[in-house]
Amino acid sequence: MTGLRLAAFALVVVALALFPFGAGNYPVKLLQEILIMGIFAMSLDLLMGYTGMVSFGHSAFFGLGGYVAALALSKSPGLMSALVLPALAAGLAALVIGFFSIRVSGVYFIMLTLAFSQMFFAYTFQVSWLGAEDGLVGIPRPRVPGWDLGSLRGFHAYLLALVTLTALGLWRLVRSPFGHVLRGIHDNEARMEALGYPVDRYKLLAFVIAGVIAGVAGSLYTQFNGSITPDAFYWKTSGEALLMVIIGGTGTLGGAMLGAAAFILLQSLVSTYTERWMLILGATFILFVLFAPGGIVGALRGRIGLRA
Amino acid sequence: MPADLFAQALNGLAYGVLLFLLSVGLTLIFGMLDVVNLAHGSFYMLGAYAGLSLIAATGNFWLALLAAPLAVGLIGALIERSCLRPLYRRPPLDQVLLTFGFIYLFEDLVKWIWGGRIRSIPPPDLFAGSVSLGGAIIPSYRLFVIVFGLVMAVLLYLLIERTRLGAVIRAGVFDAEMTAGMGINIHRVFTAVFAFGAALGGLSGVIAGPIQSAFPSMGVTILIPALIVVVVGGLGSLKGSLIGSLIIGQAETFGKAWLPEAAMLIIYVVMAGIVLIRPQGLFGRPLK
Repeated sequence: MTGLRLAAFALVVVALALFPFGAGNYPVKLLQEILIMGIFAMSLDLLMGYTGMVSFGHSAFFGLGGYVAALALSKSPGLMSALVLPALAAGLAALVIGFFSIRVSGVYFIMLTLAFSQMFFAYTFQVSWLGAEDGLVGIPRPRVPGWDLGSLRGFHAYLLALVTLTALGLWRLVRSPFGHVLRGIHDNEARMEALGYPVDRYKLLAFVIAGVIAGVAGSLYTQFNGSITPDAFYWKTSGEALLMVIIGGTGTLGGAMLGAAAFILLQSLVSTYTERWMLILGATFILFVLFAPGGIVGALRGRIGLRA
Repeated sequence: MPADLFAQALNGLAYGVLLFLLSVGLTLIFGMLDVVNLAHGSFYMLGAYAGLSLIAATGNFWLALLAAPLAVGLIGALIERSCLRPLYRRPPLDQVLLTFGFIYLFEDLVKWIWGGRIRSIPPPDLFAGSVSLGGAIIPSYRLFVIVFGLVMAVLLYLLIERTRLGAVIRAGVFDAEMTAGMGINIHRVFTAVFAFGAALGGLSGVIAGPIQSAFPSMGVTILIPALIVVVVGGLGSLKGSLIGSLIIGQAETFGKAWLPEAAMLIIYVVMAGIVLIRPQGLFGRPLK
């Protein structure tokens, strides 16, 4: 089964890599947006689907990665500024926010994470050195010798390489002993505690890892657009990631990616016909929670009898 | 300077009272149904817009103050009956996610019906002026808000602690299953409490209208401080909701006056400090 899965995964990666050679500008940009939001959604799923920590403030790390990348890339456009610094900053923020938030669980955790993310929004929205509500614009893409990241295809290859690495890394992580402990916490936290696992330390580590990956996604988002605005921190960014995970199916990394694709395709389709995109988004959210809590993956599993 | 201080304290009190009216609904709904209603800010927004239209149609603020919360309460009852009830057997998270979906739905609905720009709401004629108090000029509407909020706090206390309905609610908060076993139709109580909480959200929206105007993102903007109040005061506690509101109201108002560049951080610092010392909030039941 693993061999078959690996082959399927490789096939998907190859197909995605070849996509820019057969498709126009707009579809490729749409696909790139899907890949970036897919990374973000997968990082949230590590918390939500595997550890059972439902964060309503994951935008904090996405936005932080985006802003740090914007500031650093303007100074020196290299991979250090594009990937390392945003990841470090987001990880550090996740460590601090996580320290406070994992002291509580359930609904308190939801409220705290939401509140902390909005703190970043309120701050960036107001201070002039971060461009206030207009954000930071005109951000250059990183320069890598022999690799033109300014071009559509060059950036696509860079993006796909990072998505593949992230997906494989997360895949290994959730199947490692560490991942099994996370799943144990998801299923029964008290039992894991009783078994002697330092549950809080595991939860904090999961929170930091998810924060780092979300920070990288935010940085890629800045590189993709050449700009970043306070909206990256806004609760709607967290909400969209939640929706992607739920549409796709929680606790399945592929589902998070699938959910990101469904979300962005739906968005671009619906917004060409109507301005009422948020209304449709809200209704989709409600309908999925009411009638398809397992998401697309859950529905597929039910239909064809596929198991995890 | 003391006059200035006094005016700031009154502003903070008015804001705190507003937060109380909002967060008490949040806390009641949580205590009873175990649902953190993230759409609570949406009820606040709906209340403000319903108030706006009712005032425009009738010219009577007081009528709007009565009718708008009733309309919002009705919407709350419909949501509870149609969407929340089927989810009670599911993990509590599903209910939170559901209410999250309603934030989007209502915000866009409001934009559709009333447009996206800021709409100001006139205060009632009776409180349109300002008064001089302790050397400071205070808009009389703010004084009305303070008195109204404190009277509501007393009424809510009496309702919950001194009436039969209040006893049923307290029993339901303590143990819903046992209450149902005692022959109380707990489902009807659930609907009633959710509708009542929604109506309180709507009421605070109407009250806030003349101070903050109406705009589509007002619901989420107020939701965050309301959640912080609940975290600080303790989820499910009426007293916590009142004390938390007054603390956050003062912290935010004085922060804006004294440390404008760090103002929005202050309430988060207060929240983080309390979570560190008492994770369950000042008056919350200890967490398991």
